[in-house]
Amino acid sequence: MKKSSILMIFGALLLLGLFKFPLWNITLGAPQYPDPLGMNIYIDGIEGVEEFDIQNIDGVNHYIGMKKIPKAEEMWEFTIFPQVITGMVILGVLIGILGFFGKVSYKWFLGWFVLMSVLGIMGMYDFNAWLLDYGTDLDPKAILKLTDADGNPLSYKPPLLGTAHILNFTAHSYPRLGGYGLALGMLFTLIAYFVGRKEAKTLKK
Amino acid sequence: MKNLTLSMITIFIAALFVGCGGEQGSKKSGAMASSAAERTYVAPGEYDEYYGFFSGGFSGQLSVYGLPSGRLFKVIPVFSQDAEKGYGYSEETKAMLNTSYGFVPWGDSHHPDISQTNGELDGRWVFINENNTPRIARIDLTTFETAEIIEVPNSAGNHASAFVTENTEYVVAGTRFAVPSPQKDMPIDEMKGNFKGPLSFISVNPESGRMNLEFQIAMPGFNYDLAHPGRAKSHGWFFFTSYNTEEAHTLMEVNASQNDKDYIAAVNWKKIEEYVKNGGGEKMNVPYAHNVMDEHTHIATTTMKNEVISVDPRDVPDAIFFLPIPKSPHGCDVDPSGEYIVGSGKLSTDLTVHSYTKMIKAIEEKDYDGEAYGVPVLSFESIRAGTVSQAGLGPLHTEFDGKGNAYTTFFISSEVVKWKLETWEVVDRQPTFYSVGHLMIPGGNSQKPFGKYLVAMNKITKDRYLPTGPEVNHSAQLYDISGEKMELLLDFPTIGEPHYAAGIKADIVMKNSKKIFKLEDNKHPQAVKNEKDARVERNGNEVHVYMTMIRSHFAPDNIEGIQVGDKVYFHVTNLEQDYDVPHGIAMIGANTSELLIMPGATKTFIWEPKREGVWPFYCTDFCSALHQEMQGYVRVSPKGSSVPLKWSLD
Repeated sequence: MKKSSILMIFGALLLLGLFKFPLWNITLGAPQYPDPLGMNIYIDGIEGVEEFDIQNIDGVNHYIGMKKIPKAEEMWEFTIFPQVITGMVILGVLIGILGFFGKVSYKWFLGWFVLMSVLGIMGMYDFNAWLLDYGTDLDPKAILKLTDADGNPLSYKPPLLGTAHILNFTAHSYPRLGGYGLALGMLFTLIAYFVGRKEAKTLKK
Repeated sequence: MKNLTLSMITIFIAALFVGCGGEQGSKKSGAMASSAAERTYVAPGEYDEYYGFFSGGFSGQLSVYGLPSGRLFKVIPVFSQDAEKGYGYSEETKAMLNTSYGFVPWGDSHHPDISQTNGELDGRWVFINENNTPRIARIDLTTFETAEIIEVPNSAGNHASAFVTENTEYVVAGTRFAVPSPQKDMPIDEMKGNFKGPLSFISVNPESGRMNLEFQIAMPGFNYDLAHPGRAKSHGWFFFTSYNTEEAHTLMEVNASQNDKDYIAAVNWKKIEEYVKNGGGEKMNVPYAHNVMDEHTHIATTTMKNEVISVDPRDVPDAIFFLPIPKSPHGCDVDPSGEYIVGSGKLSTDLTVHSYTKMIKAIEEKDYDGEAYGVPVLSFESIRAGTVSQAGLGPLHTEFDGKGNAYTTFFISSEVVKWKLETWEVVDRQPTFYSVGHLMIPGGNSQKPFGKYLVAMNKITKDRYLPTGPEVNHSAQLYDISGEKMELLLDFPTIGEPHYAAGIKADIVMKNSKKIFKLEDNKHPQAVKNEKDARVERNGNEVHVYMTMIRSHFAPDNIEGIQVGDKVYFHVTNLEQDYDVPHGIAMIGANTSELLIMPGATKTFIWEPKREGVWPFYCTDFCSALHQEMQGYVRVSPKGSSVPLKWSLD
């Protein structure tokens, strides 16, 4: 159980990267923005890639009536997410230590992974809901009111993952270092489960 | 008839052959060599390899070009008002043009030079001199704006300027028109022996760039024309050419051209610096203006100073010598090693090159050939390194490629001549179009010239471009000097009359170029950093409008309660923090220029409404899709009206 437990602890600790590195990143490039505007999404707030990017994204968006990018205190998520991550790191490390001393079985590792996956999916769902609201709940006094071929108001929702063209802008939405750390950490805990299972079988023999 | 036809055919065929011959004759480099067009073509979106800073001459400004494309990027206003940018019109910038003669709206800019560290260009500042009202300006290359202008007192015709020493310790100013010093009422024909030609040494603070006039050397009243610093081994010396050692004062073209030789003044500035540090020199009362643009408030202030330290050259032994140079020299150029001092006697066909090593030896051995007003004249033959014989007509100015070659312009024979240092042989000559004055090799005034291109700045344009009436812009020509022979690549028109230029590798400068001014760092006392703080205040008949601008509205955009006879100050802050989003503002009936305000900056103009009515103002620089809507109104009521002061942005 030693090897798998160390993997479990290491995997859980990788989540700590989220406190330093952005989870996600959205960039907006356009002909007149050869250096794209960008926002880094952290678990505790949104920051511009360059110092004034948020202000400039808000400036561009006011033409089409989009709301301003929320400050950390304006969204409950930015308070809850750090707590959830902290909790999961503590839980993961605890399970790992207990596993190391043979107090809990390797199945707990899978349990942690499943819980983290559920929380992750919930987080993504919430993030997507915010993007949808951000891109579609527009000021009725917007300067530019654009409609699609069917006469419906255009949605300016950036993609959850991938690249999309929104008017003159090209939006790229991808995970960043913190997000990759999260994925890698979760992968380690899954591997910990399989390694733990193998170790258990070897022990039985 | 048949004969006529036959002869016409013959002529036609002959013409065809001549034509072909001509074509082949000009196609020297063969099919594989790249064309001039390719070598100067900078594709859309790509960058030039060099910045070129060209003086504006009688425009008073400094233009910024890209090389090798010859594309104009910007005209930096320096010594002349510029209505396009509001320079010299806005309340913040007016003080930049103050002098001891009051506000002077125009200047004659001459010789730009880029700051150096250890003899290499560091790309922090460009210095440029003004000839008419003697001044030196410092342009900051993070903002490409004029940061400081210092007047040079006791001088007239500040021509031998604004060259810097190899660690930018000093920028110099020489007097081209000898004058009484201090100025006084006296008969002109008593000039001889009574006029002076002060050489000024202005220190540059290595951190801030701030200039200070440290001392002036009260040289004999010759006309000091151009200068260059010693470098490497000759660092610590400065060399100034002079003409009119005859000290003539009328019909100068004849009377100032009689002496067989004039002088280069070699000045050991380190010695004089030490002399002054030890309390040497005399304090002299003379007014001069020092104008500084505060980088935090963006407001220029003028300090009137009234004291300089004047040094009599006879009081500092072994510090100043005259090097004889034939025939009214113009350019005075020092090669990258610091050994050779080239004097271009403009009425001569030869170039005389003096040796620094021989000069030092002659000084040690007191190898003099007389003196002039107490300044020793070194023996011509003892210090001469060599002569470039019969090089051309009317040599003016020499630059170097750092590979042992020198390039000299010849005004009268209209050509650039390449010659070799040490062998003094001419290796190539190329015509210029026409009558070249100065030339520039990027990094030419440093220990490390870049040596790839040469720009000739021509005084006469005539037929080079589509005609534009009697007045045509001056023309510059770009040559490739990377090979053995110089190749003409490009013609491009220039602004005013470039008397000199300074070039530098783009990557040294471009990384420091600011994109915006940070609003939070704006210390302008009338700045408004938040739209909700925009307001209008009355104080007697003075009204102050504290206004903001952001895409795409002013705040406030409706103002009432202004009265005929009021003096209305518009203090306008651009709240943008995005690159290349300036806003402008203009008001009908304002007797001044528009303002062009960069992101994060505040500028002020005054409007004195003369008639009742409702008067619009608007944004002058296309800023966004709603630029046309960026406008507002001011209601003007009769004097003493009861219409209350109010303002709004709804």
